[in-house]
Amino acid sequence: MKQGVNPDDLTRPFWEAANEERLVIQNCTACDRLQHPPAETCSKCGSGAALEWKQMSGRGRIYHYGVVHDCPIRLLQEDQPFNCAVINLEEDPGIQMYSHLPGTPVDEVPVGAAVELVFDTAANGQKVPEWRVVTDN
Amino acid sequence: MATENAPQSMYRSREGLGVWEHRGQVAAVGIGHGPTSRRWDGKPDTSVGAISLLALRKAIEDAGVNPEDIDGLVMDELTTTGAFWPQGQELPWDVINAYNRTDAPLDGITQLSAEWILKNMPELTGVQFTMYGRVCMSNAIVVAAQAIGEGRAHTCLVLKAWHNLPGRYYQTGPNAEDAIPGTNAMRSLWGAPACYGTAIQFAEYCRKYGKNHDMMAPFISNSRRNGLKFPEGYWAQHRPEEITHEDYKAARWIAKPANLFDNDIPIMCSAAYLFTTAERARHLKQKPVYILGHASSRGQARSFIPTLDEVEAECASSGRKLLEAAGITVDDVSFENLYDGFPQFHQFHMEGIRYRGIQPGEALDFYQTDISISGPNPVSPSGGNIGSGRSRFWMHTDCIQQIQRRAGERQVTGVDPVIGVSGGPMPTGGNFTCWSATPDY
Repeated sequence: MKQGVNPDDLTRPFWEAANEERLVIQNCTACDRLQHPPAETCSKCGSGAALEWKQMSGRGRIYHYGVVHDCPIRLLQEDQPFNCAVINLEEDPGIQMYSHLPGTPVDEVPVGAAVELVFDTAANGQKVPEWRVVTDN
Repeated sequence: MATENAPQSMYRSREGLGVWEHRGQVAAVGIGHGPTSRRWDGKPDTSVGAISLLALRKAIEDAGVNPEDIDGLVMDELTTTGAFWPQGQELPWDVINAYNRTDAPLDGITQLSAEWILKNMPELTGVQFTMYGRVCMSNAIVVAAQAIGEGRAHTCLVLKAWHNLPGRYYQTGPNAEDAIPGTNAMRSLWGAPACYGTAIQFAEYCRKYGKNHDMMAPFISNSRRNGLKFPEGYWAQHRPEEITHEDYKAARWIAKPANLFDNDIPIMCSAAYLFTTAERARHLKQKPVYILGHASSRGQARSFIPTLDEVEAECASSGRKLLEAAGITVDDVSFENLYDGFPQFHQFHMEGIRYRGIQPGEALDFYQTDISISGPNPVSPSGGNIGSGRSRFWMHTDCIQQIQRRAGERQVTGVDPVIGVSGGPMPTGGNFTCWSATPDY
């Protein structure tokens, strides 16, 4: 099980949206550029005032993956081994998110496959964005 | 006055800066290593401060300089391998009080300031210049070289040390908690171990170029073989175990495609060098090894993990910067000691500088040829972190010793060791040095 999450000032909008089963990513309106993980200022222009939270479509693709056999997080150790993939968002493939790919057998990950947004629940009830491989049917 | 971090202006992180303005004017003339151990045993004479004092004094003795003549000290005050003093655990006052302490009680135990060093080396009466080159020895080396070149110091100690405490790597602190702050959660909620990012890049590398994990076996075996010839190293001192190709292929996974041997072992260790001007170096005990140039990489990933494209672009840029600074071509390089912790990115560094002309995607095939210290294309003759434990400094020591021809059993025999390159750590963030047998190569 994933550790609980205590939203902080920087990330609260992200986690609150997740509890509503929405994915929002920081966007700089001055640069028209997404950034993730979130930061106090835009990594390109340095503006803090121009940062907003923008809702994503919930579609992406698998960049690549690893299979975690020796996890440093205590709460996840009972789930070993598990997939840990890097997802590129459809809106901007430069933006990455992690995923355990629920529903995909361990080490049978289709690299490059389309994925869609789902939500997992962490130890303290916080909802967490996750990704599931899209099947044709 | 507290020691400050080196300003970014001391790092050569852009292409087009030309030949280093102090090319051949700075030389390494002394080396000292402290003893290694797996974890600290809690005793005063094995603390990170204690082994650092040993390393510094050995470097001074090796160079044959009078301690009073030393006027500079460049080091890194960060010493953790990922181990931190447990919150709430009583401080080790017997160790703290065994030395001249600073205002930070754990100075000399889980951190190491220049002030602590100077308080505990009274023989260094002439040090006027101190500075931190943070993260690893690769930083400290380029800062010290730049400092001497700029005339901030003329005889400068360079130090890097690491502490490791009881307990498993990164398994304490926030990783053992039931909940974590939202900012940390963005990255760590999915449980990726430290090697994960490199493993992802390696996986993409294999997919792109049609390679596979087993092709790393000759590199790993070669690295450990070389490391076992490094008497100052952890494996040589405590567990003289080779890694066969079969051992490597059968090792347990950490984050597939990274297995146990694709990770280095965190240890307690320390190393020090003595740098001085080329003019002063000529009159000292050891053969000087001159610095022809240095370069730094300050790449920024767009998101969490640098992609293979980002890594390859940054490594190629680092290679160009280093050769440009040194005023040489890659054909002049006798041997390479680029960083290997994690070994799955060593090929990015090698391909970046085009060592022996190899292009992106060719390094794993290169590993299947003779990469030994007796062949014409030595790869990581130091053995790196895989050969001797996590220090990030074996590569630098080896460059100096190879060129001085005092690398002992590791001495390369298939090439004339006149130019070596070393540096790291990360493909998208590191510092690199070109070493030479002559100041005007």
